[in-house]
Amino acid sequence: MCSAFLRAMAAAMLLLATPAWPRELRVCADPNNLPFSNQQQQGFENAIAAVLAEALHAELEYTWWAERRGFIRNTLNAGRCDLIPGVPVKLERLRTTEPYYRSTYLFATRSKDGLDIASFDDPQLARLKVGVQIVGDDGANTPPVHALNRRGIVDNLRGYSLYGDYGRPDPAAAIMDALARGDIDVAVVWGPFAGWYAKRHPGLIAMHPVSPAVDPPGLPMTFAIAMGVRKDDDALYRDIEAALQTQRRRIEAILDRFGVPRIDAVAEAVH
Amino acid sequence: MARLLFPILFLLIAARIASAQAPAIAPPPAAAPPEDGQWALPAKDYASTRFSGLDEINSSNVKSLQVAFTFSTGVNRGQESAPLMVGSTLYVLAPYPNILYALDLTKPGAPVKWRYDPKPEASAQGVACCDVVTRGPVFSQGRIFYNTLDAHTVAVDAETGKEIWKVKVGNINIGETTTMAPLVVKDKVLVGNSGGEYGVRGWIKALDIASGAVRWTAYSTGPDSEVLIGPDFKPFYDSDRGKDLGVTSWPPDAWRQGGGNVWGWISYDPELNLIYYGTGNPGPWNHEARPGDNKWTAGIFARNPDTGQARWFYQWSPHDVYDHDGINEQILLDTEWEGKPRKILVRPERNGFVYVLDRETGEVLSAKPYHYLTAVKGVDLKTGRLEMVPEKEPHTGKVVRDICPNASGAKDWNPSAFSPRTGLLYIPHVNLCMDMEGLDTSYIAGTPYVGMNVRMKAGPGGHRGEYSAWDIKQGREVWTIKEPFPLWSGTLVTAGGVAFYGTMEGWFKAVDAQSGAVLWQFKTGSGIIGQPTTWRGPDGHQYVAVLSGVGGWAGAVVAGDLDTRDPTAALGFAGAVPDLKDVTTKGGTLYVFRLP
Repeated sequence: MCSAFLRAMAAAMLLLATPAWPRELRVCADPNNLPFSNQQQQGFENAIAAVLAEALHAELEYTWWAERRGFIRNTLNAGRCDLIPGVPVKLERLRTTEPYYRSTYLFATRSKDGLDIASFDDPQLARLKVGVQIVGDDGANTPPVHALNRRGIVDNLRGYSLYGDYGRPDPAAAIMDALARGDIDVAVVWGPFAGWYAKRHPGLIAMHPVSPAVDPPGLPMTFAIAMGVRKDDDALYRDIEAALQTQRRRIEAILDRFGVPRIDAVAEAVH
Repeated sequence: MARLLFPILFLLIAARIASAQAPAIAPPPAAAPPEDGQWALPAKDYASTRFSGLDEINSSNVKSLQVAFTFSTGVNRGQESAPLMVGSTLYVLAPYPNILYALDLTKPGAPVKWRYDPKPEASAQGVACCDVVTRGPVFSQGRIFYNTLDAHTVAVDAETGKEIWKVKVGNINIGETTTMAPLVVKDKVLVGNSGGEYGVRGWIKALDIASGAVRWTAYSTGPDSEVLIGPDFKPFYDSDRGKDLGVTSWPPDAWRQGGGNVWGWISYDPELNLIYYGTGNPGPWNHEARPGDNKWTAGIFARNPDTGQARWFYQWSPHDVYDHDGINEQILLDTEWEGKPRKILVRPERNGFVYVLDRETGEVLSAKPYHYLTAVKGVDLKTGRLEMVPEKEPHTGKVVRDICPNASGAKDWNPSAFSPRTGLLYIPHVNLCMDMEGLDTSYIAGTPYVGMNVRMKAGPGGHRGEYSAWDIKQGREVWTIKEPFPLWSGTLVTAGGVAFYGTMEGWFKAVDAQSGAVLWQFKTGSGIIGQPTTWRGPDGHQYVAVLSGVGGWAGAVVAGDLDTRDPTAALGFAGAVPDLKDVTTKGGTLYVFRLP
C-alpha cells in the first residue's frame, strides 16, 4: 500500500516535471558553409533555426558535419540530429516541409562591365570566360553546366570546386572572388551565393536570373527550399510546419538581410 | 589401408613431376621470390600473383578447415585490407580511424602485441568520398607502411609499433584522401591519392623510406614536366605521342581538376626496373564538359621507380564516360606468346576486357571480354583503341537502358590471383548492368544539382557476381561460379590447388583451383570485401586469414544504413543490392583458419 502510493507519487512527479524539461531542437549543419551555416552560427540557416527554436521554446543544439556525399545519412538519418534547415522540396531520403523560399540560378557579372546577360542563348556567353561550380559526384553538375554544355559552351568554362579548401572560411566563395578579381567574366551560381556576395560588396555585382527557367529536356534552374526531417518524424514535421508559418515575416527578414534572391511565383518553381 | 595409400602416393608423385616442368606461364622469378611462408605485401609479391607456395591445406583436406581464432577490428565499416604475416606477427589494419594491430601468433589466441593509432583528423570522415576504407598496409625492411584516410603516410616499426615517421601527402580539406596500399621499391615508398569525385588531381609520389620526404611526384594530368614525361617516354601507340597531351586533350584548364587518381594497385618488375599502376577516371564533370581523350586518366603507366620518369602509357578508356577507374591490379607474367617469349602484364579491366600487354612496350597483345557487354565492342589491336557503342553513351536527360558493364565496371578494385600451377587467373567480379533514365535532383553544400538517375541491376542470368577461372593465353573463361551478390572481395590461390574468396553475404569459400568445385565454406559474421592471405604460422602450420565486414561502394547500403527504397542511392548500387540488408549486417572481424 505504502510503496504503491510512493510509486504513484513518483509517476505523478514525473508527469509534472515533463513540461519543465527544456526541449531541444537538434539541427544538422555544415560548420563552414556561409552564407548557409557555420560553427559561429553566422549563416542565414543558423538565424532561421534560432527563430524556430524560439518559437518552439526549444534549446538549439547543433551536429556539425560537412555537407557532402553522405551528409543526410551520417547526420539526420543516423539520429545524430533531427532537422536539416535547407533541402530542396521532395528530396528523397527525408521528409520535407512546405518551402520557405524559392531561388534560382543567376548570371552574376561585374556591374561596371554592363554585360546584362539573362539567357543561356546570349551569344556573349560563347566568348566570355564563364565560371561555374564543380559538384563532383561523377557526372553530376549544377543545371547551368548542363545547359551551357548543350549549347556547345565548353572551352570557355572554368570550374570552381563547390567545396573549395575546407581549411579556409567560406570555401565556396572562391568563384565570386574570381569574378571580382577578373579571372572570369560571368559566374553562373545558385542565388544565395551571389546574393550574399553582392550584399557584402555593394555596387560590385550585377545579377540576373538565368533563363529559360526550365531548360530542355527538363532541367530546372529554380528550386524551392524547405526544411527536412526524418521520414517518420511526424511530431517535429508538424511543429516545424507550424513554426514556419507563424515566423514567416521574421524568416523573410533574415533572407533579406543575407540578400537571398527569391522568386515568388510557385508556378515558376519546378517542384 | 595400404591399398588406399598407394594410389594417393602415386598421384602426389605425378603431381610433383608435373609441377617440376617449366611452367608455360609464370611470374618472373625476380618479381615472385621462392615461398617463405610469409605474406608481406597485399599482392603477396611484386608480380601481384596472390599465389602462395604453401600446400599443407590442399584440395583434399580443405573440407576440414576450422576457425583458429578471431579478432575484432572495433570498426564496423567496409574491411578491404589484407592481413599481413611477417615473422610470427600478424598485422591487421582497420578502416578509419586506421588503427594498426599487431597480433602475436606465438601465443594462444594471438593476443595483441601492440597497437598503433595514427589519430587521423576527425573531419576526414565527412569529406571522404564513399566508405572510409583502406586497402591495407605493406611490410618492408622491418617496417609497416600505410596510408590514413586523412592523406598521411606512416612508417611504423614492425617489432615495437613505434611511429618512425608520419607525413602529410595530401590535403583532406580539398577532399583528397589516401585509401590505397603503398608499395615499397628499393628505398622508396610509393603512394597515390583518391578524391576524383571532388575534382582532386591524381598523382603518385615516391617517399624516402627513411624520412618520408617526397622524392618525386608524377601527376596524372597536366604538362609533361608535371606528369614526368621526358625523353624516356616511348608509348606504343600514336595516340599517346605528342607534347603536353595531359593539357591539350582537355578543354582549357579542365586538367587541373581532372582526376586520374591513383588509388589502386602497383606492380614492379625488378629486372626491367619499372613500376606499373593505373589511373582513375577523368572528372569531375560529365563527359560532355570535357571533350578529348582526357590524358592520362583511365590508363596505365610504366615508370622508372628511381626517377618517376614515364616509360610508356596505355589508355584503357580514352574519354571515359562510365566512371571506369583504370586502377585495377596488374599481374606480371612471362610466357611464350605466338611463338616468342614475352614479358606480359595481365589486367582484368573495368571496361569488361582482360588485357594482355607487353610490359616492355605497352603493346596490347590481346583484349578478350570476361563480362556481358553492350556498351563496348572490342579493342582495335592496331590502334589500341577501345571501340564504343555510341547508342549506349550517356547524355544528360537521355534515357539509356542496359548499359553493360555498369559504372563499377566488370570488376572493381578487388584483385584477382594467378596460379603458375594451373596457369589460370582467378577473377572475382560482378555481373551487373545499368539503366540511366531521367534526371535526379540532389543538394550538396547548399546547392541544388542534377545528375542522371543510375539504376544498377543484374546482368544476364540474374546473378550479380561471378568467380571465374580464366585462361590467359586462350583468352577465355574455363569455369565460373555464379554468386547471387556482386563479388567485392579479393582472392588467393595456393600450391595446394585451392583458391579462396569471400561473398557479400559473408561466406568464405575454398574452391578447387582446377575444377572450380566448392570444397569448403564458412559463414562469417558479415559480408566479405577483404583480401584473404595465407601463411605459415610459428607452429609450422598453414593458416588462412580474411577480414569480414561489409561496406565499400557495393556494400554501402549496409555499412552506411542506406535506404534501399531509393534505388539510386550509393550512385545506383542500392538498386543492385536492395536485398543485401536482408542477408548481412555490419561487421569488422578477422577470421583465421587452420586444419584441425
